[in-house]
Amino acid sequence: LSATPEIPKEDGRPKWDNKFQYILSCIGFAVGLGNVWRFPYLCQIHGGGAFLIPYFIALLFEGIPLLHLELALGQCLRKGGIGAWNTISPYLGGVGVGSWVVSILVSLYYNTVLTWVMWYFINSFQEPLPWSVCPLNENRTEFNKECYESTAVNYFWYRKTLNITPDIADSGTLQWWLILCLATCWAIVYLCTIRGIETTGKAIYVTAIFPYLVLTIFLIQGLTLPGATDGLVYLFTPNLNTLKNPRVWLDAATQIFFSLSLAFGGLIAFSSYNPQKNDCEKDAVTVAIVNSMTSLYASIPVFSVLGFKATTAYWDCLDRNIISIINEFDLPEESIMRQNYTSWISFLNSSHPEKIAGLKLKSCDLQEFLDQSASGTGLAFIVFTQAIILMPGSQAWAILFFIMLFSLGLSSMFGNIEGVFTPLLELQIVSKSTPKELLSGIICLISFLVALCFTLGSGSYWIDIFDRYAGSVPLLVIAFFEVTGVVYVYRIKRFSKDVKRMTGRKLNLYWQITWRFISPLLLLIVFMAFVTLQMLKPPSYAAWNPKYESFPMKEEKVYPPWVQAICVLLAALPCVCVPLVALFHLIKQKCRSKDTSLISSEVFSCQGTNS
Amino acid sequence: MLRALLLPLSVVAIAHAELCKPDAQNAFKVRISIKTALGDNAYAWDANEEYLFKAMVAFAMRRYSSKSTTQISNVLLCNVTDRVSFWFVVTDSSKNVTTVPGSVVEAAIRMNRNRINSAFLLSDKTLQFLKITSTLSPPVEPSTPVWLIVFGVVLCVIVAGIVFLVVSGIQKHKKKNKESTERENLEEKVEVTVTLENGMPCEVLDVKAGHINGVFPADDERFTSL
Repeated sequence: LSATPEIPKEDGRPKWDNKFQYILSCIGFAVGLGNVWRFPYLCQIHGGGAFLIPYFIALLFEGIPLLHLELALGQCLRKGGIGAWNTISPYLGGVGVGSWVVSILVSLYYNTVLTWVMWYFINSFQEPLPWSVCPLNENRTEFNKECYESTAVNYFWYRKTLNITPDIADSGTLQWWLILCLATCWAIVYLCTIRGIETTGKAIYVTAIFPYLVLTIFLIQGLTLPGATDGLVYLFTPNLNTLKNPRVWLDAATQIFFSLSLAFGGLIAFSSYNPQKNDCEKDAVTVAIVNSMTSLYASIPVFSVLGFKATTAYWDCLDRNIISIINEFDLPEESIMRQNYTSWISFLNSSHPEKIAGLKLKSCDLQEFLDQSASGTGLAFIVFTQAIILMPGSQAWAILFFIMLFSLGLSSMFGNIEGVFTPLLELQIVSKSTPKELLSGIICLISFLVALCFTLGSGSYWIDIFDRYAGSVPLLVIAFFEVTGVVYVYRIKRFSKDVKRMTGRKLNLYWQITWRFISPLLLLIVFMAFVTLQMLKPPSYAAWNPKYESFPMKEEKVYPPWVQAICVLLAALPCVCVPLVALFHLIKQKCRSKDTSLISSEVFSCQGTNS
Repeated sequence: MLRALLLPLSVVAIAHAELCKPDAQNAFKVRISIKTALGDNAYAWDANEEYLFKAMVAFAMRRYSSKSTTQISNVLLCNVTDRVSFWFVVTDSSKNVTTVPGSVVEAAIRMNRNRINSAFLLSDKTLQFLKITSTLSPPVEPSTPVWLIVFGVVLCVIVAGIVFLVVSGIQKHKKKNKESTERENLEEKVEVTVTLENGMPCEVLDVKAGHINGVFPADDERFTSL
């Protein structure tokens, strides 16, 4: 009978002020920009309401189990990413190192996205909004050519914000306005993470709750806009045929996985600051469900606004045609309205077909406008900003929208930074007397300096690369090793006992089955499918080139070989940490084989004392 | 006598018809969208408005070239449609049957576009001279870009926050150091008078955390499971 001392751990480890702070931090980490600009897009292109079926299945069999695993692991071992995996088995320490590397890479580019949001935010205080009008050219006779051929919104994003180069090999110059915004963003991150969870715990109250407020305001506003119902109907009309396409299931699985911010090490770090007797099972289910509900909740205002934008574009198209007809036939004003447009067109087509043909009228189809979908930065900075111009009081809406995006991204940044910060503190690279403020300051400063390369002219192409390669495949690999490591190396029987000690309940069948078989299998399938899809087409990107013949369409270009090498490096670097660290320990063991103090994984347990 | 008047009049009318017709030389087409501009306050386009238009064009010509002697009767309107659109041409007051060159008319209209627009309560878009491009007004640019001001405010707030937190952190650190040295001094003095009981100082027993004797089983395992 081994006695389990219940000494509350006075080990000087920081802890959450209250449970609510912890839950809010996890929710804030999980709920990020992807909930607003990726989920609605996926819903739209994958058959509307029908997409919810694979989404919830993936949530049930992949999202919730993996989330529970990470939270339980951190809470049980009370160590951040690297320390936790070293405790489970030194051979698995590479998993922690891999997730640490991914957290660093993602922090670098994620904050640059926030830089763009900040730039738009501080430009929203002008009247009229700078992306609503085209600037004039030098002799003031015409609008700027690039702006005129595309749209004012596109021009502001590609030229005034990014100052994008036509090719990734052409680096361009550093954009000083982006450098200023980047410095501000990193200063804000430093301010909030200066003492670890002591300060992020306070900041999270604002950054996690504020987006919900703004989403509600946008929901109310969005539903009152004309055309909102068209957008919503379009979004939610289920088209069950799309479920036959395996791509839909793959997208659902990857969306759940990346949306919950698994395998970053941030969640392990967060839960490691919890007291041991905490119901991590309930926490996991809560966080996962809140994350999915937020995605659904966010898609309603997004689609109301998109429906409004499509309707307005449709009306504009009709109006332009009407004006052409009225001018050509010298009919009195307001003789043709939108309602009787079709009857007039058919009448005129029968009486004067050549004149009508000569006018080159565009065919206006509401469905076509609704189909113009966008995700990611395209949704936020081009489509949505265009819709905001059309709303009355556009400055206020723009300011609200960009603050909301900033809070969403900032709360996710906290998790990323925590995933970098906590392992460093535990590795004891720095002595105990160094204040935490200094360490976080150094991390933020170095990250700022490295992220300066994203403010170059080709910066946004590089961010796409980082997003596609560093922030996707390695996470799947790390998560796979996490699950198999805990279940098969640490042994699930021991883990069940630890979880039972923490939550007071035995692990029920659902967790056993998903942890043992379903989740690892699903991860493996998703990983294979993902890699296969990536390798099927040559890696290409869409470049913004004003000299392209079909400008304003984007030019499809293939990555040059050196860029492809960097892509492979980004994807491989975190993954390769896993076998490398295992190999390193193997070699260390072989060298010390004379010393029989073999570190066996049996000895370490959650209890912290050797039995 | 009537016949004497009729003949020159008809000649003038024919001449006018020759000078002012769609796509004539030096003629301009005008397109007016009153309902779009004014909505419910729209006025009807009638002969009086046409008279005002002729007057404004004559005014523009006179203002453009100070030696011009254009009269209202020199401005000819024709082909008025329901749209409302029409063609106009300016005849030369000195030589009766010729028209003023288009470039001169264009320059005169451009110079006085604002006055013409406001006479009709319209704008460049709703009172269109089809061959005359309007100069676009330059965008209003304040002396300091607004975004720099907002940026400055945001940055100041953040820097103030950082400085506050760092300074408070240093102060807390100093206080902790001072307290620990004070406690060490206190402990040195107190050490002598500490009462020991079973090898443990009594004070410890008063501490809330206490020490749990590990020999006895923990709470959950006190009762044997059924």
